[in-house]
Amino acid sequence: MTAGDLVRRSAADLAEALASGETTSVALTQACLDRIGAVDGAVHAFLHVDAEGALAQAAASDARRAAGAPASALDGVPIAVKDVLATGGLPTTCGSKILEGWVPPYDATVVARLKAAGLPILGKTNMDEFAMGSSTEHSAYGPTHNPWDLDRIPGGSGGGSAAAVAAFEAPLAIGTDTGGSIRQPGAVTGTVGVKPTYGGVSRYGLVAMANSLDQAGPVTRTVLDSALLHEVIGGHDPLDSTSIDQPLPALVEAARLGAAADMSGVRIGVIRELGGEGYQAGVQQRFDEAVQLLVGAGAEVVEVSCPSFVHALAAYYLIMPSEASSNLARFDAMRYGLRVLPEGPDGLPLASPSAEEVMRATRDAGFGDEVKRRIILGTYALSSGYYDAYYGQAQKVRTLISRDFAAAFEKADVLVSPTAPTTAFRIGEKLDDPLAMYLNDIATIPANLAGVPGLSLPAGLAPEDGLPVGFQVLAPALADDRLYRVGAALEALLEKEWGGPLLEQAPALAEEGTAR
Amino acid sequence: MTELMDFDEALAAFDPAMGLEVHVELNTLTKMFCGCRTEFGAEPNTQTCPTCLGLPGSLPVVNGKAVESAIRIGLALNCEIAEWCRFARKNYFYPDMPKNFQTSQYDEPIAFDGWTEVEVDGQTYRVEIERAHMEEDTGKSLHVGGSTGRIHGADYSLVDYNRAGIPLIEIVTKPITGTREKAPAVARAYVAALRDILLGLGVSDVRMEQGSLRCDVNLSLAPVGSDKLGTRTETKNVNSLRSVERAARYEITRHAALLAAGESILQETRHWHEDTGVTTSGREKSDAEDYRYFPEPDLVPVAPSREWVEELRGTLPEPPREHRARLQALWGFADLEMRDVVAAGAIPVIEATVAAGTTPQAARKWWLSDLARRANEQGVDLADLPITPEQVARVQALVDEGALNDKLARQVIDGVVAGEGDPDAVVAARGLAIVSDEGALTEAVDRAIAANPDVADKIREGKVAAAGALIGAVMKDMRGQADAGRVRELIIEKLS
Repeated sequence: MTAGDLVRRSAADLAEALASGETTSVALTQACLDRIGAVDGAVHAFLHVDAEGALAQAAASDARRAAGAPASALDGVPIAVKDVLATGGLPTTCGSKILEGWVPPYDATVVARLKAAGLPILGKTNMDEFAMGSSTEHSAYGPTHNPWDLDRIPGGSGGGSAAAVAAFEAPLAIGTDTGGSIRQPGAVTGTVGVKPTYGGVSRYGLVAMANSLDQAGPVTRTVLDSALLHEVIGGHDPLDSTSIDQPLPALVEAARLGAAADMSGVRIGVIRELGGEGYQAGVQQRFDEAVQLLVGAGAEVVEVSCPSFVHALAAYYLIMPSEASSNLARFDAMRYGLRVLPEGPDGLPLASPSAEEVMRATRDAGFGDEVKRRIILGTYALSSGYYDAYYGQAQKVRTLISRDFAAAFEKADVLVSPTAPTTAFRIGEKLDDPLAMYLNDIATIPANLAGVPGLSLPAGLAPEDGLPVGFQVLAPALADDRLYRVGAALEALLEKEWGGPLLEQAPALAEEGTAR
Repeated sequence: MTELMDFDEALAAFDPAMGLEVHVELNTLTKMFCGCRTEFGAEPNTQTCPTCLGLPGSLPVVNGKAVESAIRIGLALNCEIAEWCRFARKNYFYPDMPKNFQTSQYDEPIAFDGWTEVEVDGQTYRVEIERAHMEEDTGKSLHVGGSTGRIHGADYSLVDYNRAGIPLIEIVTKPITGTREKAPAVARAYVAALRDILLGLGVSDVRMEQGSLRCDVNLSLAPVGSDKLGTRTETKNVNSLRSVERAARYEITRHAALLAAGESILQETRHWHEDTGVTTSGREKSDAEDYRYFPEPDLVPVAPSREWVEELRGTLPEPPREHRARLQALWGFADLEMRDVVAAGAIPVIEATVAAGTTPQAARKWWLSDLARRANEQGVDLADLPITPEQVARVQALVDEGALNDKLARQVIDGVVAGEGDPDAVVAARGLAIVSDEGALTEAVDRAIAANPDVADKIREGKVAAAGALIGAVMKDMRGQADAGRVRELIIEKLS
């Protein structure tokens, strides 16, 4: 087997290859590093690659295997981590200039669990600055390119994680999802992404955009791989007060069960408000066909209505910036990160600037436009006199959305919709139109507002542009296992149609020689 | 120069209203939202972690012990305890605030609608408590250079984040009105009463000089007879009982002068200057200042069960005023004696000394004379002297047994305070026991008589009062280690 074949295999498959001694973690990790070296110049999925650290972790993993004591099912399978999670000893920038060079003194719980489970960390992936965006164009370090078409966006904010997995640079990645930042990149890159139930995965060490919405989750090429990774990172964490103190449902078991593609007795609700007008024809078509495949496998399909969802985007764009405006206040040049000394009217640095002047100059230089836009929005929404009309009203909408979900889940075991209204758009196309950009998340935001889990998996290529389409499955809070059962079933049905994984149809990326 | 009006004149024209905001640092072992230690005086920035430094990604977890203390404080102030309440973010920028928001409580305090009573010159005043809420302390800025120690004019500033995240309870009164010329004294009495309550609860060190109890004095004046409140000023960080009284008094005279001159009061923060006894304008504060409060999304609501609240109510000590009245009756102290005991903060040590077997009067004598002087000299509380109530009780027991006289007992106390060990150890090491060897005493008496024939003659003539001089000589001869009563008996026996 060549290194090129190795990087294309699923994590579950690689775990077996490691267990059987067919390959080693060092060989596998080196293969991923070589692939990164070969294609990341074009894709730009990574902000930081830690070859030395990853290989050291891989060697330790191989030693555990040799001693017959692997740390987990995924011990030795390398992973990429979105740059919004604190990694002790590795830079963590959140895609922002204001954190350039910052090396956290501690690990996020998710990262600590990856390390404890023996997954070598390849590096940190690109993202929209502070996770604010749907295209990864708002990264201060330049955009990530979609491996399906390098002129197009890979989605966002977690475009780096999705592109890394789609470009076979890593078999697994961690993303975070505040309004769709795992699922929408998954949709437009032909990968699988899961946003767990709010509180299902610890937020300790996840640099917050909107604390009440943020969730970290798996980014993979198969549904089973997501389940395997979800079981590594999920579960209660006493360091996160909002973490759920309950055992995770049996996710891997649900994925394996689903792979048999028997959907009899499963009720699937198609959300009326998330489809039709505003959705690209090819996206809608692939979605409808996928639903028919589930019907063919025995599922009962019902249409459900969630009338409050039409207000979800508006509510989201009040709650998220409100929380973000407060979270981002800490970036003030006093303790860590960028420090810019202010200039006087003569253009020379002020001789004796005050703390406030340093804060102002630093925040002005360190934050990008989208971040500033949201800080301003949030500051306004929380201001005295406006709070009730904006933040207060948005919280009420949030309650209504939760009620809509509760009513819909009376009629259906899972709810489904297209993940994103369109396939990947061109880099630069929506940069000057924030509202058009925000509409990308119209189908993913309701799950964040209600705290319910969601999964996106590839549903095929849109006929009109040949680009991947995402299929979203939503389940009630704490019932993440349902995502994996239905997701794995649909994946099996679709791959039978396609004759293999969708990513096999992606164009080959030019390898720029062997790296390192 | 700020114009001031004579205090009595001011009271003739205006009625003061006060609001007192007291911040109390709890004495929990760890901080409000992380596991860092809270010891006072540690090396700067050694008691910190990602959470209390506000590092990106860090999260808070509520300290259950702090919630317990907050509830007990609320109950001791006769407050309602919320069945459900949340933390909120108070957003503003300041370099000593790691997150540039303070995790506090806003419209859902843990305790609300309480009251307490204070006594001034024999009259009782009821102070209504608006609320008591939980929050975290900020770091501490040290402004270096410049003359004032304030940020303006400083060359640079240093920040110590050891204090950041220490649990605070902010206790806010409703406007205190109708106190007239007693307003400054009532303010002081309230803070003193609060300090006693907190000490009794054991929830805080309540050291004003260390900043574990800090008081802001809000004050406004209205023309006599008006039922409206005037514009208030908020005098910050008034950090001694005496200053609370002085600051209130100062602001009354300052407001009155301005109002009488037809000027209006600027709603602002003012700084109290302990040394000069004046307030100066701080930053202007208006209702336009907007902290953009919203519920803290990183924390879950605090919902103390009614069972727990009742359980905590059962742990409350007797309220200080009742406690004092009961002890006074029990100990048989006169009003004046009790007032001195209270003023010296000696109730707990006297209680403990009495519990160790000493009579109340003897306990009072030791703590209010010698020991109070020492505490005063060292600038510490009685309880912090390096001698325990049990040791004081042992010294008194030695006196009662006749093994020590008062003078020797003082030397034993000296030894204990100097770290020479327990009273018995000091007695042994210094050889301080009274000499009860009659032979040695008799010889000393004979020597004294021989050395002072004139005095001896006077005593022989019946002037017994002259014995004092001989007793003194004997005591000196015996280096104080004799029972003066027995010496006197021996002298009179010999010379009669």
